[in-house]
Amino acid sequence: MRSKVLGTLVAAALAAVSTLSAEAADRIKIGFISTLSGPSAALGVDIRDGFQLAVKMAGGKVGGLPAEVLVGDDQFKPEVGRQLAEKNVRLDKVNFLTGMVFSNIMLASVPVAFESKVIYVSPNAAPSPFAGKQCNPYLFVASWPNDAYHEAAGQHATNRGYKNAYLIAPNYQAGKDSLTGFKRFYKGNVAAEVYTQLGQLDYSAELAQVRAAKPDALYIFLPGGMGINFIKQFVAAGLSKDVPLIVPGFGSDQDIIRPVGDAMLGLFDTAHWAPDFDNAANRKFVAAFEKEYKRIPSVFAAQGYDAALLIDAAVRDVKGKVEDVEAVRKAMKAARFESVRGAFKFNRNQMPIQNYYLRVVARDNQGRLVNKTIGTIFKDHGDAYVQECEMK
Amino acid sequence: MRKALFTTLLLIAFPLAMQWLGYLFYVSFASRVMIYAIAATSLNLVLGYGGMLSFGHAAFVGAGAYVASILVAEGVASAWIGWPAAVAASAALAWIIGAISLRTRGVYFIMITLAFAQMMFYLVNSMKAYGGDEGLTLPRRAELGLGLDLGNEVVFYYVVLLVLLAALYALHRVVHSRFGRVLIAIRENEARVEALGVPVYRYQLLCFVIAGAAGGLAGALLASHGKYVNPNVLHWLQSGTLMIMVILGGVGHLWGGVIGAAVLLGLEHVIADYPLPWLAQVAPNYQQHASLGVGIVLLVIVLFAPQGIAGLISRKRHA
Amino acid sequence: MSWILILEQSLNGLQFGLMLFLLAAGLTLVFGIMDMINLAHGSLYMLGAFLASTFVQLTGSFLAGVLLAIPATAVLGMLLEVSILRTLYTRDHLSQVLATFALILIINELVRLVWGSDAALPMPAALSGPVELLPGLRYPAYRLVIIGVGLAVALVLYLLVAKTRVGMLVRAGASNREMALAMGVDIKLLFTLVFGAGAALCAVAGSMLAPLLAVQVGMGENILILAFVVIVIGGIGSIRGALVGAVLVGVVDTIGRAFLPILLGAFFQPRVASAAGPALASVMIYLIMAVVLYFRPQGLFPARG
Repeated sequence: MRSKVLGTLVAAALAAVSTLSAEAADRIKIGFISTLSGPSAALGVDIRDGFQLAVKMAGGKVGGLPAEVLVGDDQFKPEVGRQLAEKNVRLDKVNFLTGMVFSNIMLASVPVAFESKVIYVSPNAAPSPFAGKQCNPYLFVASWPNDAYHEAAGQHATNRGYKNAYLIAPNYQAGKDSLTGFKRFYKGNVAAEVYTQLGQLDYSAELAQVRAAKPDALYIFLPGGMGINFIKQFVAAGLSKDVPLIVPGFGSDQDIIRPVGDAMLGLFDTAHWAPDFDNAANRKFVAAFEKEYKRIPSVFAAQGYDAALLIDAAVRDVKGKVEDVEAVRKAMKAARFESVRGAFKFNRNQMPIQNYYLRVVARDNQGRLVNKTIGTIFKDHGDAYVQECEMK
Repeated sequence: MRKALFTTLLLIAFPLAMQWLGYLFYVSFASRVMIYAIAATSLNLVLGYGGMLSFGHAAFVGAGAYVASILVAEGVASAWIGWPAAVAASAALAWIIGAISLRTRGVYFIMITLAFAQMMFYLVNSMKAYGGDEGLTLPRRAELGLGLDLGNEVVFYYVVLLVLLAALYALHRVVHSRFGRVLIAIRENEARVEALGVPVYRYQLLCFVIAGAAGGLAGALLASHGKYVNPNVLHWLQSGTLMIMVILGGVGHLWGGVIGAAVLLGLEHVIADYPLPWLAQVAPNYQQHASLGVGIVLLVIVLFAPQGIAGLISRKRHA
Repeated sequence: MSWILILEQSLNGLQFGLMLFLLAAGLTLVFGIMDMINLAHGSLYMLGAFLASTFVQLTGSFLAGVLLAIPATAVLGMLLEVSILRTLYTRDHLSQVLATFALILIINELVRLVWGSDAALPMPAALSGPVELLPGLRYPAYRLVIIGVGLAVALVLYLLVAKTRVGMLVRAGASNREMALAMGVDIKLLFTLVFGAGAALCAVAGSMLAPLLAVQVGMGENILILAFVVIVIGGIGSIRGALVGAVLVGVVDTIGRAFLPILLGAFFQPRVASAAGPALASVMIYLIMAVVLYFRPQGLFPARG
């Protein structure tokens, strides 16, 4: 009786295992984990749409091999992101992992990939520990180092002659990086440095403090739903007339422009890319994105697209032999692809060295609100942490 | 008893089979299920046998997880220090929370245990030094020495299995001891027991502390297993999940926690990771709505089968 | 520390407290009269916000959308009461907790199926600007409206409960249910109406707060705990207690969040001060509840005679 039950169980187990797909070396599996729900979902959706557009435009292939992109929603929760990463890496046995929007989710999840020597290509977050002491050979950043936009904004504030800036960011690694980066290039006085709760939606208390402090500029790093709410409440409190607002590029892109609307006109921001870049790769990307998704791409979409191109180039250069992870790494480091931002090259810590520009929110010739490039702030700018990285 | 022996043999054979088949992922998954089973069993003691509706049990699991993690993060890798420290910390926390909460009754007790758990959640969330909201990633699992490498999934599984069996055995002994009988009597009719001159408060507090300590051990194992801990472990929704496991499995039954954890986590995994094409035709995206099924099952159980799965099984046996 | 800052933060606290009151009022009545712990109360708040979002889109008017959402949510609430919750009145607290927890999961997923995980409810343009209350204090018009609505609802509730026959029945039920039953009150109908009223109040709070915060699945769980804390402090079954408790909690929370980080900033790094401040504010609220429970377990304004 017992052996019969045991036998059935073993048979059932074998049957279950056989329904799992066998490992195919003739396919590229990519795990895509991003924030696809909640107030900040627009960011993850943009990255995903940009990424999938690139794959689609290559005929559903990455590097010449058919690609399977497994999309998962981290719901803005680090432990969910981590569980998805574990599943992608250990059960689905993906060749690459990518997609995450937020630094806290990334910090919780990517160690899982690194442990199993799976490459993580970041289409967004790149927290400063990974640029310096904890730089990792399996991390490639297709976007920017976390501090970059903020450093450019700090430089812009200095160029503008602001003397008394009020700073606000959420209390997590990227928030800390943002204000550290801003202060690195901003030479005036800091009226206050306030950290809000990640995911906070009601800023009435903080806005009252800003009003009382009477700064000559307000710098905020509040991505996604946080930024939408803050700017709306900022305008509602009548502060937009009194205090000039500066934001990094992700604080004023399409995901915030759409819900906030005309109140965004004239807002200055800094970024590594804008839809009006005049190079062949970008013109192709923007046209295809608008046709496919009927909306203007944001920096997030551009980053997702570039991440896909980066993976595609690496797989192509190793001729599909992705089992040799070291060869893939070498190929990826060479970054032989046409990025929508123009020239692309990696620093020693596998984060990009690139230009950063000043943008302003204005109307395009169709009357839509969009970010326009008006100047260059930094050329060939790396990051401040690369000396602490021991990779060569 | 024969059933228990058989199940134990199955549990012992399982990881070896999985290793042979090449799917260590399932050994890791099974370890996780067993750790939750330990946590649910500890809640079962205070909820099922003690009759105390503690809605803050996640605080003890979380306290154990954090104490164990902080020690590893600070370089104290030995599990012989880390795990007992976790147990001691949770026991102390349970003593403090229990001492105050048990002076209240009914809904106030529920509210105050919930409130204490939330307080712990906020405190832990504000500890930026240990990750705060991002959580704390550990470089390695705790070390047991004795030539056992806890980094090996199969070895870790057996260690967890040992702890689970020990916990179940301990629960069995407690329930059948004089202490356990008094507890059950208090659950049935507190006034009568009080009238007999029994110090009800002290019995309940001791039960609460034991359950908290066991929860802390589960927490330490959980932190070691995932090499990651995050404040959400302490959130009241986690307490709710543990309660679901206990109710599903059978509140007040010895194996209630184990059955509940296995069924709940197993179902979630199967629904999320094994798409059924025919079901997807009828209800696209059904995999993202697994909680709906869990909610319905829970509601049905509460309304119609309050003794849970274990209750249904024993009813069948006696029918 | 300017007076304007203190005044502005106090207004913020009042606004938050009044919205909490709307939730707490319904919760305390259900608890006081039906002796039922309803964890799904937060889900009604969420439903109110989602329904308002749909009605606003359908009618193009914020006012119409909110006014339609209130009875819609009340009806849904009453349906829920008649079908499932009624069977829980006679059950023990554990079953109530678990069943309503299950309802949270079910309602969350159903909302996700119908609407997706979030919805948009923009602030009406006419109210998106500031109002000059004092020279130097331009306070958001919309928040003033919320304060106004909150106070108006509190007044209406007071009049209803203190001056009408229905209100008298409600008070009788809250004070001593068995006696009310013995006196021939149609308890089933009363319960359903009370539940519906609670749902309506939730809808007001949900739809009014939506333009400020966000309409998303799970929004009820965050505010539910605070609502329970409020009714424990205020006294179960007492609307007056709910008002006092809610305003107390709202003000303590807001003032704490606003000023504690500044206070702590004198001793700690900005990141630490910014994290510890809100944590301490939350802890303070729970401490207040613990203290009330210890010294006056029936709450500040107990309804039970």
